[in-house]
Amino acid sequence: MTQIAVPPRARSRAPAPRRRPGFLSAGAFTGPYLVAFALFLAIPAGYQLWTSFTDMSLTGRPARFTGLANYAEALADPKMWSALGNTLFFTLITTVPLVVVSLAMALLVATGLPGQWLWRLSYFAPFLLTSAVVASIWGWIYQPGGGLITGLLEYAGLAEIGWLTEEGVAMWSIAITTLWWTVGFNFLLYLAAIQTIPDHLYEAAAIDGASPLRRLASITLPMLRRTTGLVLLLQVLASLKVFDQIYLMVKGGPNDATRPILEYVYDVGFTGYRLGYASAISVIFFVLVAGVSLVQFARSRRED
Amino acid sequence: MAVQVAGTTVAVSKADRRRGTTLMLGSSRLTRVLVLVALVVFCALWLAPLVWAVLTSFKSETDAAAVPVTFWPENGWTLEAYTQVLSVGSLPVWLLNSLTTATAVTVLTVVICALAAYALSRLDFRGRRGLMVLTVAAILVPGQILLVPLYQEMQAFGLVDTFWGIVLPQVIAPVNVVVLKRFFDTVPVELEDAARIDGAGRLRVLWSVILPLSRPVLVAVTIFTFVSAWNNFLWPFIVTTDPALMTMPVGLGTVRNAYGIQYAQTMAAAVIAAAPLLVIFLFFQRQIIKGIATTGLGGQ
Repeated sequence: MTQIAVPPRARSRAPAPRRRPGFLSAGAFTGPYLVAFALFLAIPAGYQLWTSFTDMSLTGRPARFTGLANYAEALADPKMWSALGNTLFFTLITTVPLVVVSLAMALLVATGLPGQWLWRLSYFAPFLLTSAVVASIWGWIYQPGGGLITGLLEYAGLAEIGWLTEEGVAMWSIAITTLWWTVGFNFLLYLAAIQTIPDHLYEAAAIDGASPLRRLASITLPMLRRTTGLVLLLQVLASLKVFDQIYLMVKGGPNDATRPILEYVYDVGFTGYRLGYASAISVIFFVLVAGVSLVQFARSRRED
Repeated sequence: MAVQVAGTTVAVSKADRRRGTTLMLGSSRLTRVLVLVALVVFCALWLAPLVWAVLTSFKSETDAAAVPVTFWPENGWTLEAYTQVLSVGSLPVWLLNSLTTATAVTVLTVVICALAAYALSRLDFRGRRGLMVLTVAAILVPGQILLVPLYQEMQAFGLVDTFWGIVLPQVIAPVNVVVLKRFFDTVPVELEDAARIDGAGRLRVLWSVILPLSRPVLVAVTIFTFVSAWNNFLWPFIVTTDPALMTMPVGLGTVRNAYGIQYAQTMAAAVIAAAPLLVIFLFFQRQIIKGIATTGLGGQ
């Protein structure tokens, strides 16, 4: 999850090859990486694909090849579909605010008004917290009968809401927490992009007497299109991988109403011992994630 | 002063900013006031949970649990929650485990990735393009989908519930390789050739020519690797069950009722857990912001 933000620049290519070393003579440099790549990425990925065609169990009994049985079961499994649905719903309701609010924050800070240090710190600081700390703080904020929000609502004379205990509400509460927690990252990406917009564009607009809103609409926003593409891609991928805050705050509840796909993989594989089935679900999830990446990639290529 | 980062100029001086303000907002006073109000509102909303957590951590348990919520504690401020959290329970052990595992992950990752990035940038070996394509493709594979096979692998190696079981699967970071390689590409080859003529080997060149010139990116990669290892929950959660080996996020998140429904202690633990990274951020604020800005590193 990177590139794109690194701008093109004067390049000095690798030195012209005097003689072409083989893979082995470059091995001192690439060796450790190749070993790590093989051990912790390539081999596990291949093994996972194999496991998904078996009835492998965490108990360690001998596994049998079962063909596509796991996939057939997954496609007919309402729990799998509901976990996938929860993941997509979470992605939908978090992506839009996480892009819009971070953009708003960056536009405000980029005006250069005093207090820069404070704005950056306060918008970004939550991003540095680990999920367990976020869950502690927000679990307590949402606490019925005594939590911060509940207390404030009581002052305002409003009825208590079961922030984390009502099926229709819990996911929204998690989304609010997530917005607070992770918006700072997108904010910094936008802020950096705004600062690279050349001044002369604004100078020209000022001479033409364009209003601030006009400058925003016809200079800043159009210049941020590529950044928005990047932020959107990173955000969708991050949201699809949601696990920590949902597991730690509500354990996928109430009534599995928030359980994301990664938690279902964990439940099936590590609580239910069914590694083969968990692998099949992981592969299905991977296809989804790779599909999203490829669609975005194709789109950004077409725009260039 | 304008900071030159990998070809991007980020204006940071006060004069530049004032100029920017006029360019973006025009000279209307009202616009400025509206923008300032919006900045303050966001700031208050984003700081409130943190401030509230810190305040609560300094209250007695009775005041922390008071209904309705009170701002000023009846029994005064106290450090009781902190002394409790640090003397009873495993928080200090978890923090130490987080420090050692995150440090090991960071050292291994940065060394492995810097070596590979140098080879990809400067050595013209057979299979180079293939390795680059594989690396870029691997960025798109989220580590989370490999939980099951990685656990099986750790089981086979006998590393479940061990220090290395937590560390090893975290050392693969294709993103870092790509980011470092792109930066190494910008270091003029002439500098390297001069050193090579003086008889320096490749490793020597990397260490004393390339790396010193790549400091900003190296610092960013190091910080982000450390932060993500320090904050990582899912993998250490899968691979450890022994509370004595747990890292801070896992211990805090899963050892339920470590602090019961004692809000002050829960918040004190949260503050202690969050403090190290917030301090690092205060010290390295510019590098972190620059790092995110130029590389897009560090997404969760």
